Amino acid sequence: MTALSVRAAKRARKPRSRAVTGWLYAAPTAAIVIGFFVLPLLLVFQMSGSDWPLLAGNQGLNLPENYTEAVSNRFFWDSIVFTAKYTVITTVILLGLALGLALIVQESTRWNGFLRIAILVPSALGLASASLLFYVLYSPFAGPFAGLMDSLGFTFLGTPDGALWSTVFLIVWRFAGFYMLLMLVGLQGISDDVYEAARMDGASRLRIFKDITLPLLRPTIAFTTVLCVTGSLLAFEQFYILTKGGPDNSTITVVQLIYSVAFQGQNDLGVAAALSVIVLAALIVINIVQIRGFSRKAED
Amino acid sequence: MSIETTELTTPGTPPAPSNVAPKVHQRRRQRGSRVAGIALRTPFWVLTGALALIFLYPLIWTGVSSFAPLAGTNQTNGWGFGNYETLLDYQAGIWQYALNSTIVSVLTVAFTLIISLLGGYAFARFRFPGRNILFLVTLAILMVPYATLLIPLYVLLNAIGLSNSLLGVALVLTMLQLPFSTFMMRLSFEAVPRELDEAAQVDGASTWGVLWKVLLPAVKPGVITVGLFAFLAAWNDFLAPLILINDTNLLTLPLAVSNLRGQVQGVVDYGATQAGVVVLALPCVLLFLILQRHYVRGFMSGAFKG
Repeated sequence: MTALSVRAAKRARKPRSRAVTGWLYAAPTAAIVIGFFVLPLLLVFQMSGSDWPLLAGNQGLNLPENYTEAVSNRFFWDSIVFTAKYTVITTVILLGLALGLALIVQESTRWNGFLRIAILVPSALGLASASLLFYVLYSPFAGPFAGLMDSLGFTFLGTPDGALWSTVFLIVWRFAGFYMLLMLVGLQGISDDVYEAARMDGASRLRIFKDITLPLLRPTIAFTTVLCVTGSLLAFEQFYILTKGGPDNSTITVVQLIYSVAFQGQNDLGVAAALSVIVLAALIVINIVQIRGFSRKAED
Repeated sequence: MSIETTELTTPGTPPAPSNVAPKVHQRRRQRGSRVAGIALRTPFWVLTGALALIFLYPLIWTGVSSFAPLAGTNQTNGWGFGNYETLLDYQAGIWQYALNSTIVSVLTVAFTLIISLLGGYAFARFRFPGRNILFLVTLAILMVPYATLLIPLYVLLNAIGLSNSLLGVALVLTMLQLPFSTFMMRLSFEAVPRELDEAAQVDGASTWGVLWKVLLPAVKPGVITVGLFAFLAAWNDFLAPLILINDTNLLTLPLAVSNLRGQVQGVVDYGATQAGVVVLALPCVLLFLILQRHYVRGFMSGAFKG
């Protein structure tokens, strides 16, 4: 054992063998990344250009057709509009609320410690569990608001707007703690001296928030916005479980469309892959625009 | 990706207090105004108390009413475990689904820990050709939509005989965990002073010995955070098993509970669904309460995501 170790130590001093050792340690990472990420990514491009039924497999090139079929799907534009609407609403409410909550619980007291935990507990649930929980909570038969809904003659998930806002509430409930935590981390990065100086100058609380907290929080806000927009654009579970795309197909998101084209009825992996590539491209463009936008504002 | 990562708390720094306590703005409270302070604070307590209730109520309500009587469930008279009995009898039985979820979670945690521990060590302590590219490609996993990857993964796993298998699901979930866990472990290793391994190497330890005997104890907090996040992600994941698993006996818990709703002639068994949510959520909430500190730290260093 010791002889081996000594030899290994000697070997370790030579840079080339050290590089080999490094590769050996990185090999499992490389294997998973190549096998389960790079290859699938290449394959999805190939599939998007091929006729590829779910069960029959590759049936040869089908290049412009997959994409034209994807774009002409009767839910394509509807799902894009709905996903965009949902993303904007969720991001604005979620980040605004998260910042507000972070400011409320910022000071470290026992009560605030309790508040933080209470707000964070829903973040421990999976999105599917949370959706199932609200599925029962919103139910006109078993939910605590059943009586109320009955007397007012509406149901939470019965109208397109109701379904959208009910889902937004679920998502805000599930993620508010998570984003609050990120905001807290950002607030923590602002030095006390800055606040102290502003207070000495007699700045009001509102002034301090507008002229100090918000600008200094920009990196955090930029980051949480990118995160929240990306997550919302790819929404699936909440709608799959809670609204099933209804009522009247009014809450179909882009990822739901991909799933249904691939596995529900149409069973066309080629068109689903084409949709996936479109989503990937759109996501990259949207994120670049966001990051550019935020860094340009920072320069002003 | 121009998000600043420089301000992140590195895992080597002493564990952040469980409350992400921003430095308390020290306010000098005059003793005389204390009574006035309490009077002023009462609306604050009422308001924030109501806020806490909004976040806790759905959880408490679900827990309580999973035992409550409700028409159309297995628990119609008085309180009891009727809804949980429904779960036991549902198709393969809740134990089978819990076992499937446990297998997927344990495999995912084990793979994630081993791969990111070795990978983080490699990225932090060795220079080798392709090191930066491999690291960047690993992080790039975050930029690609989950659904975009699952369509080709469905085809690939079929081709190598890992379709419809819990191992296949665990490998996919491991890949999804790699950006966070590799980043986290790399930071953890980099936070350990190099003198530590150099001293051990002078004493004749191999790189392998250094990793296990010297570095592993030092990066333990990072390992716990990575393991916790891998577990939560695997236990709760819905999309991967939905697409990759066809056999109803191999379903994981979230899928089984979700499917359970539409069983009896289209009538939804709300009671059983609630019991299912309790079974799903309880381990996560307990783990969260026990490992809060690591949870918070994970978020803080996970703040690069996106």
